[in-house]
Amino acid sequence: MIRTEQLTVKYRGHAVLDQINVLFEQGLVHSILGPNGCGKSTLLKTLSRQLKGESGAVYVDGKEVKDWGTKSFARHLAILSQVQERSIDIRVHDLVSYGRFPHKGWMQKLDDEDIKVVQNALELTGMASLANRNVQELSGGERQRARIAMAIAQQPKLLLLDEPTTYLDLCHQLEILELARHLNRVQKMTIVMVLHDLNHALSYSDRITVMKNGSIYSHGAPCEVVNEEMLREVFHVEACVEKLDVDGSLFIKSMKLLLDKRRLMG
Amino acid sequence: MYTASKAVVEFRKTVSWRVAVFIILACLAMAGIVFSLVSGAVQVGIIEIVDVFTGQQDGSVRDIIWNIRFPRTLVAALVGVNLSLAGALLQGIMRNAMADPHIIGVSSGAGLFGIAVLVLFPAYGYLMTPAAFLGALGSAVLIYALAWQNGVRPGRIILAGVAVSAFFGSGISALLTFYSDRVDGALLFLVGGLSAKSWPHLQLVLPYTIAGTLFALLSAQRMNILMLGDADAKGLGLHVERTRLWVTAAAALLSASAVSVVGLLGFVGMIVPHAARLLVGSDYRILLPAAALLGIAVLTIFDTLARIIFPPVELPVGIIMGALGAPFFLYLLRKRGMHE
Repeated sequence: MIRTEQLTVKYRGHAVLDQINVLFEQGLVHSILGPNGCGKSTLLKTLSRQLKGESGAVYVDGKEVKDWGTKSFARHLAILSQVQERSIDIRVHDLVSYGRFPHKGWMQKLDDEDIKVVQNALELTGMASLANRNVQELSGGERQRARIAMAIAQQPKLLLLDEPTTYLDLCHQLEILELARHLNRVQKMTIVMVLHDLNHALSYSDRITVMKNGSIYSHGAPCEVVNEEMLREVFHVEACVEKLDVDGSLFIKSMKLLLDKRRLMG
Repeated sequence: MYTASKAVVEFRKTVSWRVAVFIILACLAMAGIVFSLVSGAVQVGIIEIVDVFTGQQDGSVRDIIWNIRFPRTLVAALVGVNLSLAGALLQGIMRNAMADPHIIGVSSGAGLFGIAVLVLFPAYGYLMTPAAFLGALGSAVLIYALAWQNGVRPGRIILAGVAVSAFFGSGISALLTFYSDRVDGALLFLVGGLSAKSWPHLQLVLPYTIAGTLFALLSAQRMNILMLGDADAKGLGLHVERTRLWVTAAAALLSASAVSVVGLLGFVGMIVPHAARLLVGSDYRILLPAAALLGIAVLTIFDTLARIIFPPVELPVGIIMGALGAPFFLYLLRKRGMHE
């Protein structure tokens, strides 16, 4: 469970996050949506201690993040940051085994248990057959899966994913989202992810948080949060949200720019 | 940062390849030491050398080996280890394949402080290495601070290093000009060389080599985590800033002790780790020992070549390293330019 209290984060004097109060409940898949620059990534970075808040607090499982030890925090919460193009010259297996780092003391070697965890992470992500490959040789999708495998090897209770599907083709996007759901359902991990695709968020999340200009616009179950008014006010698009006959889940059928927005850009 | 051809990557990931590389590197290091012992104005046979070490040889041969060549060879080996490890660590910290204690100005910082002690307070000669360490650490931090702007970019590190190096270099030149009478072998210091290095120099550098090597090896896994980038390293529970500071200090100590013995010897710290990386990959747990062994081989072999190539003139080894290193530096620069 992650909870923030009046969380404010500033960058060069400008509040990127403005007094945010939000609760990510235990055991669910959460998605954060919002237009570019609304503070989604900043929120995720602050939740994972990559950034410090100006004021307010972040609590992870009841304990303020600044009170966690560095390694015990990493055993509890893993974050997959946005894809970096720079890659390193190591084997996939080595990369994934770095996920065991927070579980090990100074100079402690990996034992059988660690190897099992690493192997399991490789299998879950479908990377087992590529374990001996060099990370540099991988495609974008494989590299992303390798990094997720590293996060899984951390055995966190909470997994934060910052735009995990960016740069991936549709099939790989769905693979990543399926994996996130699997980790949630089977391994009971709480997932918090930043997504761009609204339909992905609708079909894979238990809760959706919508952000706008550094504030929480709305937060709740997908059917409560995603509606035509929200899309108009937050994303400036005119859309048609429909209910699927099969299972009653929502999907966004059509989208077009609001006229005034188009004029602004022209 | 590094791109090796697919075949090379395929081949060197096997364990047997790594073991083979270590055996070859160890042999190469031994060969360098033996080569250094047998070669010179007086050719000494291997059997005679064995006799010297077992105490069965007296007279001039014993003097040559025991008092001149053997300590010098050992100093070369240790300096090779120090500069190679310092280079490997700095390349990781600065995320730059061209980071070498000499190029990025850590050596000149060490040199300026070391020389200042030597000429201004000659009575406190034993403070030379600690002072050089402060200079090295200071310049490393300075370069880092100058190059820092929302993260460190490889290019900026080199430019900041050039500036810092030029700044400290002119300080060194000024000291050597004003106190030319107090510094013998000023040229040797500037170029970097091993002539007339003997047991006292070995004593000076040995503790730092041991401490620095131990620390480097203990930090290997942390270096690996750090190479993932700051965000991922933090996410894995590494104290990123603390690790970077400690490793920089270790690299500064290693290069400072080398500088206080052999002067501003350049390019060893760039060529050796790079070659080691091509051979064994970027895993620091393997890279560091490989670089250390290769450093021993490179410095002993090239110092011996420097001694025997133009008899009776003895070249400072720094000249050879510069002649080889500068083109290599340009090669790395071009290669990197194509990737970015």
